Amino acid sequence: MNPLAISLLLLASAEPGAASPAAMFVTALTVFVLATFIGFEVITKVPPTLHTPLMSGSNAISGITIIGAILVAGLKLNFITSFFGVIAIMFAMINVVGGFLVTHRMLGMFRKKD
Amino acid sequence: MSSEINNIIYLVAAVAFIFALKRLSHPRTAVRGNLIGALGMLVAIVITILIAIDDPDISGLGYWLIGIGLLIGTIAGAVFAVKVPMTGMPQMVGLLNGFGGGASMLVAASELVATLPDIREALSSGTINTALYFFVGSTMAAGIIGAVTFFGSLVAAGKLQELKWVPNGNVIPAQQLVNALLLLLVLAGAVWGTYDLTKVWVFWPIVVIASVLGILLTTPIGGADMPVVICLLNSYSGMAAAATGFVINNNGLIIAGSLVGSSGIILCQIMCKAMNRSLANVLFGKLGTADAAAKGDDVYAGKVKSASAEEIGMLLESARRVVIVPGYGMAVSQAQHAVRDLSNALEARGAEVEFGIHPVAGRMPGHMNVLLAEANIPYDKVKEMDDINSSFEQTDVAIVIGANDVVNPLARTDPKSPIAGMPILDVDKARTVIVVKRSLSPGFAGIPNPLFAADNTLMYFGDGKKAILDLVAALKAAA
Repeated sequence: MNPLAISLLLLASAEPGAASPAAMFVTALTVFVLATFIGFEVITKVPPTLHTPLMSGSNAISGITIIGAILVAGLKLNFITSFFGVIAIMFAMINVVGGFLVTHRMLGMFRKKD
Repeated sequence: MSSEINNIIYLVAAVAFIFALKRLSHPRTAVRGNLIGALGMLVAIVITILIAIDDPDISGLGYWLIGIGLLIGTIAGAVFAVKVPMTGMPQMVGLLNGFGGGASMLVAASELVATLPDIREALSSGTINTALYFFVGSTMAAGIIGAVTFFGSLVAAGKLQELKWVPNGNVIPAQQLVNALLLLLVLAGAVWGTYDLTKVWVFWPIVVIASVLGILLTTPIGGADMPVVICLLNSYSGMAAAATGFVINNNGLIIAGSLVGSSGIILCQIMCKAMNRSLANVLFGKLGTADAAAKGDDVYAGKVKSASAEEIGMLLESARRVVIVPGYGMAVSQAQHAVRDLSNALEARGAEVEFGIHPVAGRMPGHMNVLLAEANIPYDKVKEMDDINSSFEQTDVAIVIGANDVVNPLARTDPKSPIAGMPILDVDKARTVIVVKRSLSPGFAGIPNPLFAADNTLMYFGDGKKAILDLVAALKAAA
C-alpha cells in the first residue's frame, strides 16, 4: 500500500476524544483531503469499459450515510428526527442494496473472448 | 462497546471500499471487488445497529423505525436492481445519486433538530463551544449539497426516462442569473447561520432554496450533455455523505464520501475532455447555434447515396475487417442483440470485427460497453476511441449505428463549428462507411454531418434494430 494510504489510515484511526474541537475538525479535514487523493489515484485506473459499474458501485458506497440514518432514527427521540431518520434509512438502503446488486448484475455480463 | 473499536470497524469498511474501487481496474477482478465493497458495507451497518441497540437512549419505537426502514429500503433497492433494463441504467444511476443526497440531507436535518436544545442552552449560558460552530457549519453544507443533489437528480432521472411532465429547458426568464443569485443567497445564509448561532433556523429556508436551485440547474441541460450532469451529481452525492461525516464525526463516512466525490469529478473531467468543452460551458453555456454552420441541404444535396440491406450484405461479404460504432440510437432501438448477431455472422465468414466507443456515446459513461456486454459481446473486442482510431485506415467497412456528432469530421476540419476540436472516431477513413440512421436529421449539436455525403459513405435508412436484423438476414442469404 502506498504511503498516502498508510498516513490516512493512521490518522483516521486516531481517537479524537481528548482533542479540542478545532483539532478534531482539522483531523477530519485531513482525512477528507487524503481520501480524496486516494480516490483520484484509484479511480483514474478504472478503464472506460467499467465506467457505468463504477458509477453504480460508487452510488452504493455513498449509501454509507446509512450509519447516520440508523443512529438518528433509533436514538434521537422526537417526531421530526424519527420521521426524517426512517426516510433517510430507506433512501440510503435503496442506494446500498440497489447499487451493489445492479453493479453485480452488470459486472457478471462482462466476459472475455473465448 | 468502546468507541475506539467502533471507529476501527468503520475504518475496515472504508478500506473495503478502497479495495472495491481498486479492483474495478479490470473486468476480471471487478466482480470480487464489488463483493468486498458490499461486505464492508454490511459490516458497517451491523456494527451501527449494535451501537444503536447498546445505547440506553434507544426506545421501542426506535427498533421498529430502524427495522422498517431497512426492510423497505432493501426490498425497493432489490426490485430496482433486478428489474431495470440495461438501457435504463442512466436513469437508475441518476435516481440512486438522488437517494444518496436525500439521505445525507435528512440525516443532517435530524442531527440539527436533535442538537437544538444543546445550542439553546449554550447560547443562554454563554458557553458556546467551538465544536458547535463546526457542527452547524457541516450541517449547513450537508443540507445544501444533499438538497441540490436530491432535486437535481430527480429532474435528471425524469428527463432521462423522458417523462413528459418533467420541465425541460429554461423554465423561468434569465434562469442563469436567478441561479447565480440563489447560490449566493444559499452561501450567505449558511455563513450567517453558522457565524451567529441564534440564526441557526436559517438552515430550513436555505435547504428549500437549494432544492429549487437543484431543479433550476438541471432543467436546461440537453440530452447529450446528460453524462456530465450525472457524473457531477454522482460526485455531489459523495460530497454530501462526506459532509454528513463531519456532522456526526465519523471518519468512515468522510472517507467513503470523498472516494465517491473524487470518482464523480474524474468522470466529469473525462466527459468534458471528450467533448472539448469546459464544465462551465456544459452547465451554463449553449452550444453554438446551427446558423453558423452550413445548412443541411447544401451539404447533402445530390450527394447522399443510400443502399438496401441486400447491397450492403454483398459489400460485407468480402470485408476482412469491420468496425462497428454504436451511439445512443442503438440504446433507443434496443439494437444491441441484433448487433451481436451481425457481428457473429461477419465472424462466421472470417471477418475481424471490433467495436469503437466514443467516451460520450450514450447517456452516461460506459453506457455502450454495458449494452454490448449484455448482448454477450466480449469486452476485449470493444475498443476505446484512442485505441481504435489508428486502425480505421485498414478497415474495410465501418458501420455507424445511431451515432452522429461523435463521427462528424467537421470537428477536425471546421474551426468555426460548434464541435470544433472535439475528438471523434475517424470512421471516414475506412474504405466504406455505412451509416444506419432513420433520417438525415442532425444530432445533438444541431449541425449537418458531411460524413453522410462523403464519397465512401452509404446511408442505410431505417430503425436501428430492424435494419440490422435485415442486414443479418441478407448476409446469411448471400452465403
